[in-house]
Amino acid sequence: MLVSRCLNFIRRASTMPLQRSVAPILCVQPSRALVDEKFTVLVKNLPPGGPFTVRSLHLSEDNDYWEAYGHYVSNHQGELSVWDDLSFGGTYTGREPMGLLSSMRPIPGSRPGLRLRKKDVTTPMLVTISVYCGHEDYRDQTPLASVLTERWHMAPGVQRFPLQENTVRGTLFIPPGPGPFPGILDMWGGGGGLLEYRAALLASHGYVCLALEYFKPGEMTSANQEFSYFETAFNVIKDHPQVKTDRVGILGLSLGSAVTLNLATESSVVEPRCIVCVSPNNVFSQQTSIVGAFGDIFRFPVKHDENNCEIWREMILPLLKDSSRKVKVEKLRCPMLCISGCDDQNWPAVESVDDVMETLRAVGKDHLLTRADYPDAGHLIEPPFTPHFRATNFIRGSTMEKVVMLWGGQTKPHSEAQEDSWRKILSFLQHNLYGNDHARSRL
Amino acid sequence: MDRTQCCVQLSVQPSRALVDERFVILVEKAPPGFQLSVRALHQCEDGHSWEAFGHYISDATGTVNVSQDLSLGGTYSGVEAMGLLCSLRPVPGSKPGLRMRKKDVQAPMMVTISVYQGHQVEGFVDQVPLASVVVERWYVAPGVRRIPITDHGLTGTLFLPPGPGPFPAVLDLWGGGGQLVEYRAALLASHGFAALALDYLTAKVIRETGKMVEDQYFETAYKELQKHPQIVSSRIAMIGLSFGTTMTLKMAIYSKVVKLRCAVCISGSHVQPIEKSVEEILSSFNDRADKTRINEENQVIWRDLLLPIPTDPSLKADVGSLQCPLLLVVGEDDQNWPTKESAEDIQEMMERAGNSHLLTVLSYPDTGHLIEPPYSSHTRTSNFKPVGTNQKVTVLWGGQMAAHARAQEDAWKKMLAFLRENLYGGRKASAATQSNL
Repeated sequence: MLVSRCLNFIRRASTMPLQRSVAPILCVQPSRALVDEKFTVLVKNLPPGGPFTVRSLHLSEDNDYWEAYGHYVSNHQGELSVWDDLSFGGTYTGREPMGLLSSMRPIPGSRPGLRLRKKDVTTPMLVTISVYCGHEDYRDQTPLASVLTERWHMAPGVQRFPLQENTVRGTLFIPPGPGPFPGILDMWGGGGGLLEYRAALLASHGYVCLALEYFKPGEMTSANQEFSYFETAFNVIKDHPQVKTDRVGILGLSLGSAVTLNLATESSVVEPRCIVCVSPNNVFSQQTSIVGAFGDIFRFPVKHDENNCEIWREMILPLLKDSSRKVKVEKLRCPMLCISGCDDQNWPAVESVDDVMETLRAVGKDHLLTRADYPDAGHLIEPPFTPHFRATNFIRGSTMEKVVMLWGGQTKPHSEAQEDSWRKILSFLQHNLYGNDHARSRL
Repeated sequence: MDRTQCCVQLSVQPSRALVDERFVILVEKAPPGFQLSVRALHQCEDGHSWEAFGHYISDATGTVNVSQDLSLGGTYSGVEAMGLLCSLRPVPGSKPGLRMRKKDVQAPMMVTISVYQGHQVEGFVDQVPLASVVVERWYVAPGVRRIPITDHGLTGTLFLPPGPGPFPAVLDLWGGGGQLVEYRAALLASHGFAALALDYLTAKVIRETGKMVEDQYFETAYKELQKHPQIVSSRIAMIGLSFGTTMTLKMAIYSKVVKLRCAVCISGSHVQPIEKSVEEILSSFNDRADKTRINEENQVIWRDLLLPIPTDPSLKADVGSLQCPLLLVVGEDDQNWPTKESAEDIQEMMERAGNSHLLTVLSYPDTGHLIEPPYSSHTRTSNFKPVGTNQKVTVLWGGQMAAHARAQEDAWKKMLAFLRENLYGGRKASAATQSNL
């Protein structure tokens, strides 16, 4: 009823009552942006003081629909601004300029446990932003207006090179320009596979970046990577003609952060200039193969929550007490940034960082560590303005079983954590990899 | 200079934008007080290379902000945020008389922005820059649909904004060079207007019959817009540049079919024999060809052909009977049409008739004939082949680069505001009934 009243109101408000009235003007700026850039969504020419829903819709590469929406009230100039105004309900509430992206979730009726991750980074993520009448269910309505916005992982001029002949598997991204550039080795976690999107984004910020694949999901035989595999990967970057040899850093998430820590402490071959550990883990030393790592975790019984999602953090916690298996963090030689979610249900990230901090303090190296622990953020702390995943499908490497993994986090604080941590990561990398030598010394 | 190469960072924000959007170019981490050249390089669709450059000195923090700092020389000087696009010119050694016009509007214009050490004026291609980035400049926003129009003998392209609509529409006409020129219509669609770029001088039907179009051709185009399900039939405007102005005024004033909500006339005149066909109007202009002037550089000046502005009312469109708002855009250094004199006469005629409240005149000093969407290179002269001749000449369009660039930026903003006000407006908050929703 409210909807039809709203539509009638729009018709009456036209000065040409016998003709159709024009659509409201919906404007998303910028319409083409990198995924870590903000946008404004402005709607004009609406009836004043009316209820409207602004909605985002995205069809993923896996053919699932994702959406987010907020309920707004137009002002008396007939305008509505997602940047400025409060959302009164929907998938996000309050003042959330990027809520239309960060609160996205699969539309009702979708397959469960989905995660949204861009595979082809050479094309943009296409998101339709629409405005509807009313705060009721909009699904049966035609929107009042609708625009398309592109979200890119690659800036113009960034080049993508899949590594062809090397024993190292991955994709190299090179910024435009002659260089030389600082470099970054980028590693994801225990889900395996080759994920390029964060590396593409880092290249868009001026770093030669290698997205490294170190095992394929469900294929544990490929996972017995020697430590030397990672050292070789690091050198692929370091020895690249467009890379400054003394300015290569490493960024790892989850299991990838264990590898990162090992490279920064135990390697006699490589010397990262700085490292970033997201959802850190210091319990798998370089002597532990990845198969061994999973074996270690599953010595303890798997916990489940009320939805039958697997919770691993309790299983890993005891490993922090076993110093024989842990990374020798006392041998850390470079600055380290640790990003953790306090509601991480997959790894005990905060406890790991506490442990690392203690170890470093004991040898007078705590000045090397910068930590940011985000309340109510989960395990999957990704580049900003991407949806939060509290629990998703996961293939357990060791058993090839399909489970649902609880990652943790609440959407709003997790989104804020992604936004803030990404800024801190970029700033840390800029300071350590682009900064002058004297700027790196800490008080 | 390895230490410098190690540090200098260059960024252009946004890296992808519409052609009418500004960008900010930042050079950082150079040594303080360091001489730099910032250069733009673009290879256009016909293979020619265009470049522009500015000379800067970094501040105490080693930063150059092109939007805020002075260019001390190069192809532009002064504080010019968009100077690297506005002052683009063919690289030394290029063919003379070139003009940059995008043909494929669905692919972006790619520009490489680089920073070099020192204040260079040439030889950029032989040097390695300190840093370099690529920017994309788009004529279409995401989701804009491009639809070729060939029904009913028309040659045109319709651009529709994304979304269900319905949208107001603009019929978009260029001038005496003919061809189907899409880029302004594409840009208008990116701003929420359905826009039909119409070829009316070299259209297929003309090539096939050997005859010029009649009024009916424009009326057919107008009716095509009216009946489109996503266009509001009562909210259609026309925009015409140069000879396109002649046609726009003809339709706006004399057509029984075309009822415009508003009209935009750029670099044109109301001088035309009334109640004549398009062919007859063109002939009447050609008949005055003896008033063509050639300057010392062998450039053709055609502004005198329609001067002096006639007093005989049968020789000019009766603007006094116009019933819709009219925006005139005038370059005061227009060497191709007597735009300024025409605007003055139009103003007088409308004041006498009592409808001058419909008229807005935007008049820009040192601005030439080709007043195009902003941040594109300024063409003071170029090769030109008028329709119906086999003669290629070098035409003087006029304008001084910096003033012309500023005029383009200002005029485009005001044109969009004028179109929005007249095509989207008409719903005022106070006029609406109270909401009890």
